[in-house]
Amino acid sequence: MSGFFKTILDMLPSVLMIVSPILIAAVGGMISEKSGVVNIALEGLMGIGAFAAAATHVLLESQTGLSIPIALLIATVAGMAFALIHAFASITLRADQVVSGTGINLLSLGITVFLCQIIFHQERTEPFRLGMLPGWGGIYPTAWIALVVLILAWYFLYKRPVGLRLRACGEHPQAAASAGINVVKIRYMAVLISGALAGLAGASLVLTQTIQYTVYTINGAGFIALAAVSFGRWLPKGILGSSMLFGTSVALAIYMVNIPSLRVLPSEFFSVMPYIITLVTLVIFSGKDYAPRAAGQPFDKGRS
Amino acid sequence: MSARSSVSLQDRILDKFTSSDALVSVVVVILGFLVGTILVAVVGRDPGGMYSAITQVLTGWDLRRGVWNARYIGEWLVVSMPLILCGLSMAFAARTGLFNIGAEGQYIVGLTAAQFVALYGPPIPVLHWVLAVLAALLAGAVWGGIVGILKAKYSVSEVVATIMLNYVAFFSSRFLTMLIPGANTYRTPNFPTTALLDSPFLQGLTNGSRLNDGLWLTLLSVLFFWVVIGRTRLGFSLRATGLNKEAARYAGINVNSGITTAMAISGAFAALAGAIVALGAFTYGRVLGGQDGYGFNGIAVALVGNSTAWGTALSGLLFGMLTSAQPLMQSRQIPKEITSIIMGLVVVFISLRGGVRMLLEWRMKELARKGRVSE
Amino acid sequence: MPVNAIEMIDITKIFPGVVANDRVRFEVLDGEIHALLGENGAGKSTLMSILFGLYESDSGTIKIRGKEVRIRSPNDATNLKIGMVHQHFKLVHNFTVTENIILGLEPRKGSGNVDLAGAEKRVAELSARYGLAVDPRDKIENITVGMQQRVEILKILYRDADILIFDEPTAVLTPQEIDELLEILRRLRSEGKTIVLITHKLREIKEVADRCTVLRRGKYIGTVQVANATESELAEMMVGRTVSFRIDKKPCQPGELVLKIDNLTVIGSKGVPSVRGLSLDVRAGEVVGVAGVDGNGQSELIAAIAGLLPVKSGTIYLKDKNVTSSKIRDRIQAGIGLVPEDRHKHGLVLDFRLDENLILKSFRKSPYSNRWGFLDFDATARHAEDLIAQFDIRAGSGPATPAKSMSGGNQQKAVIAREIDLSPDLLVVAQPTRGLDVGAIEYIHRRIIEERDKGRAVLLVSFELDEILNLCDRIAAVSKGSVVGVLTAEEADERKIGAMMAGVGAQRAGEQNNEEGGAHVR
Repeated sequence: MSGFFKTILDMLPSVLMIVSPILIAAVGGMISEKSGVVNIALEGLMGIGAFAAAATHVLLESQTGLSIPIALLIATVAGMAFALIHAFASITLRADQVVSGTGINLLSLGITVFLCQIIFHQERTEPFRLGMLPGWGGIYPTAWIALVVLILAWYFLYKRPVGLRLRACGEHPQAAASAGINVVKIRYMAVLISGALAGLAGASLVLTQTIQYTVYTINGAGFIALAAVSFGRWLPKGILGSSMLFGTSVALAIYMVNIPSLRVLPSEFFSVMPYIITLVTLVIFSGKDYAPRAAGQPFDKGRS
Repeated sequence: MSARSSVSLQDRILDKFTSSDALVSVVVVILGFLVGTILVAVVGRDPGGMYSAITQVLTGWDLRRGVWNARYIGEWLVVSMPLILCGLSMAFAARTGLFNIGAEGQYIVGLTAAQFVALYGPPIPVLHWVLAVLAALLAGAVWGGIVGILKAKYSVSEVVATIMLNYVAFFSSRFLTMLIPGANTYRTPNFPTTALLDSPFLQGLTNGSRLNDGLWLTLLSVLFFWVVIGRTRLGFSLRATGLNKEAARYAGINVNSGITTAMAISGAFAALAGAIVALGAFTYGRVLGGQDGYGFNGIAVALVGNSTAWGTALSGLLFGMLTSAQPLMQSRQIPKEITSIIMGLVVVFISLRGGVRMLLEWRMKELARKGRVSE
Repeated sequence: MPVNAIEMIDITKIFPGVVANDRVRFEVLDGEIHALLGENGAGKSTLMSILFGLYESDSGTIKIRGKEVRIRSPNDATNLKIGMVHQHFKLVHNFTVTENIILGLEPRKGSGNVDLAGAEKRVAELSARYGLAVDPRDKIENITVGMQQRVEILKILYRDADILIFDEPTAVLTPQEIDELLEILRRLRSEGKTIVLITHKLREIKEVADRCTVLRRGKYIGTVQVANATESELAEMMVGRTVSFRIDKKPCQPGELVLKIDNLTVIGSKGVPSVRGLSLDVRAGEVVGVAGVDGNGQSELIAAIAGLLPVKSGTIYLKDKNVTSSKIRDRIQAGIGLVPEDRHKHGLVLDFRLDENLILKSFRKSPYSNRWGFLDFDATARHAEDLIAQFDIRAGSGPATPAKSMSGGNQQKAVIAREIDLSPDLLVVAQPTRGLDVGAIEYIHRRIIEERDKGRAVLLVSFELDEILNLCDRIAAVSKGSVVGVLTAEEADERKIGAMMAGVGAQRAGEQNNEEGGAHVR
């Protein structure tokens, strides 16, 4: 028994490594949706961030010791820039948010590999020599970043006036507008923040889990983050739990070779778990709708 | 209507523009190409290479060397077929008012089912591949139908459900395919030739390309889509549901069963794409290492084709042309991802269409409300 | 000298096709409760929307406390200390009472965080001062409609409103909640607030208002001291002696019982019963009208008859068939035809062609589709041509005309044509002439009488009294989800029906309203 727990404890840093990008992206998704804009482009935005970080780091790592923080910064900015497209389309031009998000996912795959071809003359970035190093207890700094991001999000959403207004925009934008709130400005801010966080998440993923960016780097982590938001009922505490759950499941798929009792199950079983769980919860909780009520609907000032 | 006199010329042009769907598609594609061309030029490559690659794929004519080879045309069609079918998948659902982005998963399910029947089915000519195709259709119908039931009975968003099922399909396919005796981590034993869709006739016609009998199946599918949606009772009730669900309900149409049926048929289209790729382009089963991508690109195909039968077919040919030109573009120093970029831009631009229309209507209403209407 | 808190002079507001306000005059004294009375479409909401900055008038002036002002947006109105309690609340369902009240004007602590504790205290203070009992910590989705309304009132009091506009505040309240609200209004007046009460409920006007201004069809009719006017006088001003186009009709010859509704209760979208113990019958060859102000359960009644809303209790019989829980398609087969009140949302698929819309209910049957499920386009087109001729439907390209390009009147004719073509035993018609021109109205009225003469049972639901009086053989007035009284065509006149619609109980009302505690029965 104690051997089992020891294995779990040994796995903890790896689990946290996998959970961190998911959590960061999920926080971004939560903020966007809570303001009323559905952002299924998280996957694509994470890709942008991962590419930006991998490219920056590999180009700078021999020149400065600060290449990793710089990479994280550039990734965050890149994610925010791309999210601007989604924001402009969805908010100002009242586009169908799901379609525009899908478009960004397609675009991101294309642009990132395109730039790889231009800069590195291959369909992936050059592998960097050394990614992010684990710190205390073998835990990567990204875990702490994720925790800080989550706490900051909770603080701003539930303790500051701007958070109250943002949440109102996602539930009942007409009520917010009639209280004098600039719904458009708040939604732009929320979408840009979600882009920044998604970029940061992608960067975290590529710098801790692999050595370069390829089309397979993100492989659904953005969609898992979306599912985490939904399963976590759009609440900070909830998405912490759901991200841990999904991340653990993904980690198990990779590390189960070390746990004899679990080896009887195929690795695909663990890979598939997060998605099945999401589906099941969606069905079970089909009665009550936890999503922000106005999410997905363009804000129409004309309606009273 | 006196309201018109205070509406600017700009608004009227925009109104005309947004009400003709075919026009919008054409303009959006042109815009996508334009941005793509600029992007290629900005990074210092020659955009001409992009267009000569496309020409070669369309006509078989290599402009640089002055040589003609029909194989390019064949390969263009090979790539277009699954794109058209996945486009039909999304289009069929869209006509019923559903956003089915699960074509990738439905494709995988069809591909896997076809592979299994290819390896275990009776090695009788014609019957063998027919059974394989039928198995794929059934599998796709089930995979799509599940989403339909979830939506109709539990109001689960088909957007999330289909994405989840895409991954379930992917991992399940890997798991099941690797169970086949003699399979390793990326392939199975060879199929019996009776299971293949290959067509010596078509291969000869196109100088050794992989063009296969899937071509006829694809054509049949386009016809099927056109007939069912436009000319049958079922199509009528599905279109009514998609255009005005409430009016359809009021008229006694069973909206829930319509949703499920539409998703099932939609899934079957994508599954057929999987079967055609599995049995036409390969001679052995594959353990998928990644997603082939036809399902996702099918989304763009349907959007540009405006969810009509022939529009989707044309659009599929267009995107097929872009995709099959990729290796040629690479050889001309143009990163092949430019095609994904163009496709992504096209989808984003198309998403604006509905919004622009809404904006216009809102502006018209605002003008009327602000009392600038003369009586 | 009494000061005018509000002066609206010569206000005109025109929307496409309708003059909502026609040189309206409106003066409210400081510190009074002033009622604004009129039927649906009289222009009261428009006038107050102008005052609150939701619209701008085409001409006229507004003075607040003697000073001329321009109100271009709700923010301007709020800055002028004007607040409006809307009919449809603007509350965030999962925020608390306090959070909804402070939204947009949040009190801050030194750190910049929201001072929730301080806000709750302020809410409690306001609540006590004005007698608006609420729990600052309750979530909106858990409190009653009456309490939600109090939150809306607190919202504007929190912003120091001196002039409070209430738009049909009692439309959604139970009788006890209405009494509580009236008490709150009196309290607010005693605290020096000026109140404008938009309403059509005469009893409430008599109970709290000081003066009352009446609008009819966009025009100012007059202002009276409420104490000196009777309810009948007010009703008469509201409804007026209007020119009605009477139709010559043969005397009614009612046949067998076609529709029997017994003690029907239907739950509406807010989760409370919209139809409460309603009973009604309609015989073949007669037109029965359901008269009432919008929001008294008519929509839910129609939905229940058509099969779109489930019935909580009670029964619906079509001839001798119990259709209370039948599917929609079965009801259509059994002989229920429905012309819905919103032809765009429920009647037509606007993106379909005219001929497709005309077979929307019958496309499954031959000759429109054959044994194999294929549609017969020729038969469909011929059918459409036939109906176009019969019903004089103007459609630019004949059967292939897209429905959305047809005018409102012709769209409505198409819906009616489709329903009548199915030869239903019962024809339910809701708001059939809403938004139509005189010619179309006349045609549709004639058609309804024709069907009645052919022996159909017709149930007409309308908010237009003229229409009801013109067409119906019997008229049932509904209020708050049940039938308040039934009059025959001979007995009925505008005054009596207007009074019943406005909630003044006729002698018969007592029996119907016993489950409400008879609170508003005289």
